[in-house]
Amino acid sequence: MAHPTAPSLGKDLLALEDLTGEQILSILDTAETFKEISVRPIKKVPALRNRTIVNAFFENSTRTRVSFEFAEKRMGADTVSISTTGSSVQKGETLVDTARNLEAMGVDMVVIRHSSSGSARFLAERIPSNVVNAGDGKHEHPTQGLLDLLTIRDHRGPIDKLKVCIVGDVLHSRVARSNIWGLRRLGAQVAVCGPRTLLPPAIEEMGVTVFRRVEEAIEWADVLNVLRLQLERMTGGFIPSLREYNRVFGVTRARIESAPRNVLVLHPGPMNRGVEIDSDVADGPQSVILQQVTNGVAVRMAVLYLLSGHAPETAEAAKRGGDA
Amino acid sequence: MRPLLIRGGRVIDPTQGLDAVLDLYLRDGAVAELGEGLAYEGAEVVDASGLVVAPGLIDVHVHLREPGGEHKETISSGARAAAAGGFTSIVAMPNTSPPIDSPASVGFVVAEGQRAGAARVYPSGCITVGQMGEQLTEFGELVHAGAVCVTDDGRPVSSAGVMRLALEYAQTFDLPVAVHAEELTLSRGGSMNEGIVATRLGLTGIPNAAEDVMIARDLMLAELTGGRLHVQHVSTRGGVELIREARARGVRVSAEASPHHFTLTDAAVELYRTDAKMNPPLRSEADRDAVRRGVADGTLDVIATDHAPHHYDEKEQAFEDAPNGIVGLETALGLSYTELVATGLIDLATLVERMSCAPARAMSIRGGTLKRGQPADVTLIDPNAEWTVDPRTFLSLSRNTPFRGRALRCRAVRTIVGGRTVWEAAP
Ligand SMILES: [Zn+2]
Repeated sequence: MAHPTAPSLGKDLLALEDLTGEQILSILDTAETFKEISVRPIKKVPALRNRTIVNAFFENSTRTRVSFEFAEKRMGADTVSISTTGSSVQKGETLVDTARNLEAMGVDMVVIRHSSSGSARFLAERIPSNVVNAGDGKHEHPTQGLLDLLTIRDHRGPIDKLKVCIVGDVLHSRVARSNIWGLRRLGAQVAVCGPRTLLPPAIEEMGVTVFRRVEEAIEWADVLNVLRLQLERMTGGFIPSLREYNRVFGVTRARIESAPRNVLVLHPGPMNRGVEIDSDVADGPQSVILQQVTNGVAVRMAVLYLLSGHAPETAEAAKRGGDA
Repeated sequence: MRPLLIRGGRVIDPTQGLDAVLDLYLRDGAVAELGEGLAYEGAEVVDASGLVVAPGLIDVHVHLREPGGEHKETISSGARAAAAGGFTSIVAMPNTSPPIDSPASVGFVVAEGQRAGAARVYPSGCITVGQMGEQLTEFGELVHAGAVCVTDDGRPVSSAGVMRLALEYAQTFDLPVAVHAEELTLSRGGSMNEGIVATRLGLTGIPNAAEDVMIARDLMLAELTGGRLHVQHVSTRGGVELIREARARGVRVSAEASPHHFTLTDAAVELYRTDAKMNPPLRSEADRDAVRRGVADGTLDVIATDHAPHHYDEKEQAFEDAPNGIVGLETALGLSYTELVATGLIDLATLVERMSCAPARAMSIRGGTLKRGQPADVTLIDPNAEWTVDPRTFLSLSRNTPFRGRALRCRAVRTIVGGRTVWEAAP
């Protein structure tokens, strides 16, 4: 299953923009191998035994943190989780000091979530440990991008034949950027759709098509990745009201049913039901939202496994319990 | 003080249309004689062959951080860094902590500048009390204490009404009103130029329009009032165009280009390099080229550094949390020569005009000329010097520069203020 010529990932996973299509495929293939571990009675392999991993979450995200913790525990790693949230001034101090402390403690890997774009790279440049970006500001969330790719591939086959549209608040979304890079590296056609106030300037220069109307996007797409509307941002006046947003851009059953083909629907969660996505779509036959969660653990196992220096080819043996 | 005879240099003084190999005699703090084959008993003779002898360089936009930020820079360290960059005069910005908005604080800057005994330090005063944008400061008192212009630099004067009053009232003292053009509701939350680089990095951008609309507004107000407007650190093609058109209509406006804006683009921010974080931000290639053309045709008549020192640990932060600004005094001449003269965009005389004569005119300060009887402020320049930027050698207390390791041509080798050598390059 593992990609035969897969190049190594390097020290860190900071952004899908940094990866080649080959590297992405090798992560996905490794994740595919590891999926099976999660359905075993004893969900553990010793592949990361004696490795220490710190989950440094400077921003709330139960979902991502729990997914990483499961992945780490299933690989047999020793883990510590720290979560802090601070004011904007404290943030910078915390980051530099965190880097120094982590270096002093000699941890093997750090998973970082932070509200500042570039914070994962900041950390990676300052410590010898492997750093995994679990979401930095409005920049990237590479493991989310990878699990989306894995889920799409599971359901629709090779990515390079697909048209994928990301719908919603692209401006504030790190998921969107990781998706765009990952999908494009694997050859998909990518589009975005949302109110112009929630699309970043010059987004077209990332090689994506922009749809102004969600009906056009749904007519075009094989896959819709519906982004969460960050309700806390809406005080800035990016959209007039949630009601209007749902009317104009909401992924509703009527819109899905009018599509010329069967559209696959993803959502990175947590969902605002009745705002960006209607419940009968989220819970409907097109939705693969729960598989995304399952795949998240497998993808994170694969990333940690590969970053810790293991070759993709050894994943199969590791899964059987050999400490490769 | 011994008289100084600078012999055999290429004297470039645009105020006299001069570009010739001549001797320059400085006595009693003033230019005493300019001619061929001069000889004076008892004078210290400086061999300037192969060097350019220019009226002392003047930087009208410098942040000295004192009072309140002495760990970044002091008036004294800034004045010495200026001298090392070839500057004989600098204008200190008033956005210190507390801001320079009273005659007493203006007097403090004057006194500290004199004590430093390096480049001349001219204070500017705030336009509004505490830079709050509401109440005008006592322009007359500030001028009396030594201020050469008023500015709320670091911030715009958001109220058009207050700005109109400032331009009107300043005319009593023929005082230039210098503006940091930024429409805050358009730039809010932004930490770099708006565009594809910001989008990729996930950083909020500042659109050109945030600068353009304020430049347009202030040009209209200068036209309405007849006041003297000085636009600081122009970074956009739209801004350059607006100033060009306004000047053609007769609006009294001077304007600055900063070396970083005509050298770099927002690509320098890649990998979240905080040393490339500044306000206004580094823009696109089209903007950088427009700034270059603006310098070449004189629309941007002044080159000014916006020298903005920061302590290393303040820049050592996530990009959005880091402060704006780079140091510029010690790289300005090399960058300007390398980017503008060595590329054939302007000649040396024009460079001297932009870095000495025009800044003196814009702020109505003495200097910027080698006419007889004028202050003996002179910079000796080696246009052929080749050097590499090494921040460790800076006399500034701060090291925040994106130009570390950059190879440059041209540098000052001796800086003379009032006939006294205040800085000299190691031989
Ligand atoms: Zn400014």
